[in-house]
Amino acid sequence: MSQESSTELKTTPFYNIHKELGAKLVPFAGWDMPIQYKGVIQEHLCVRNGVGIFDVSHMGEMDIRGKESKKLLQKLVTNDIEKMLDHSILYTVMCYEDGGVVDDLLVHRFSEDHYFLCVNAANSDKDFQWVRKIAAAYDVTVSDTSAETAQLAIQGKDSEQLLQRLCDVSLNDLRYYHFKKAKIHKNDCIISRTGYTGEDGFELYTDSSLAEPLFLKILEEGKSFNIQPIGLAARDTLRLEMGYALYGNDITAKTSPLEAGLGWVVKLQKEDFVGKESLNKQKEAGLKRKLVGIKLLQRGVLRPHYPVFAEGQPVGELTSGTFSPSLNMGIGLCYVSPEHSQVGTRLAVGIRNQQVPAEIVKPPFVPPGVKH
Amino acid sequence: MEVPKDLRYTIEHEWIRVNDGKAVIGITQFAQDQLGDVVFVEMPALDSQITIENTMGVVESVKTVSDLYAPASGKVVAVNTDLETQPELVNSEPYGKGWIIEVELSDPKELESLLTPEQYSKQCEQEQ
Repeated sequence: MSQESSTELKTTPFYNIHKELGAKLVPFAGWDMPIQYKGVIQEHLCVRNGVGIFDVSHMGEMDIRGKESKKLLQKLVTNDIEKMLDHSILYTVMCYEDGGVVDDLLVHRFSEDHYFLCVNAANSDKDFQWVRKIAAAYDVTVSDTSAETAQLAIQGKDSEQLLQRLCDVSLNDLRYYHFKKAKIHKNDCIISRTGYTGEDGFELYTDSSLAEPLFLKILEEGKSFNIQPIGLAARDTLRLEMGYALYGNDITAKTSPLEAGLGWVVKLQKEDFVGKESLNKQKEAGLKRKLVGIKLLQRGVLRPHYPVFAEGQPVGELTSGTFSPSLNMGIGLCYVSPEHSQVGTRLAVGIRNQQVPAEIVKPPFVPPGVKH
Repeated sequence: MEVPKDLRYTIEHEWIRVNDGKAVIGITQFAQDQLGDVVFVEMPALDSQITIENTMGVVESVKTVSDLYAPASGKVVAVNTDLETQPELVNSEPYGKGWIIEVELSDPKELESLLTPEQYSKQCEQEQ
């Protein structure tokens, strides 16, 4: 756990609510954040079986405006911005020239000359500097709107029915990876059908100075759905059951999106983008390692940095690991050499000087409930 | 936080209940609360020897890994096999069905070095 002193930590608009709800607060990416309320397993299952609400206001937001916005984004990110329609969202990464990952992010398009980006909390400042640097050659304005933006995630199969009660636009026709402007309770919001849990659900962005009552209203309205507030610990187990990569663990400045299984967001055929040349070379040379899912074949818990063995020889390392509350088994993501990356390959994980049998699997570990 | 009066404690949050030269060992209410949901307990083997202040096993929660330290030396005469399938008993009944092992004490005098309930309560208050 981080040793940051609490005096330097930033707090979200919902900080007092978390304290009243009895959350355990811990330093995370410079923020004092709720890691759990009642318990990680029951919070996890609450989202899988019903609906939960997460404060994710620590995430960073950036606004990009100007007539060359699209052109800048095409240069900045690996995925293809060209085909995006208004009010659609694209998952992508942005890379350094050497192909290492700056961050993974969501690009939201209002129009050809106005987008907003949602980036990881820990990378927010670094990303803003990076985007501004690339943007210098374009006719655009880039603003960091993180401080004035609160973000909530409402996730789980009941999230549409719950939010529809408070929302002035139809959610039924809001498709996966699309967003609308809406009034929710008394707040002007952007509501998107996205999330980091694998369940159907929404993310709301709203003015942070007015946001506190919105959290309380959703909790109150959600009582009939047995809604619970969900901490960052369950956010991690939920995302890992889906095999979603986490920046800082599974993807970093030293990993390539191709190795990380994110080739589907790297469009090497599109015009120039930062990192294209390096990624092309990597692809031609063949990947040295691959990020794959791994599950323990006996009871136990996987953790980041555990070594992976094939017939006693080290062949890789875990980057994420946990205990899956849905499956009751240890699951993780690990980089292994390509010859050991086939689904079904029997390997072993080094846990406290023992080699415990494990098997390569294709994530998601649990069937997703997202609404396409 | 519940600290039963009939037990002795370690600074690492294990408890020990002595009965006729044998002793049952577990982790405290405070410890389980700090760990969160316990999902795996690695216990010493039956008939193995444990030594005071040495690691004797591991408790894993979803969040973290925590070593178990032997509160006394002795031979393991029973392990709580229920924890293999229901490790959550450590959370729900840390002083009861969530016990971890039973040992035959090799030197009962060692217990004098352990914390009394009053001392342990004070320690928890400081860590809280």
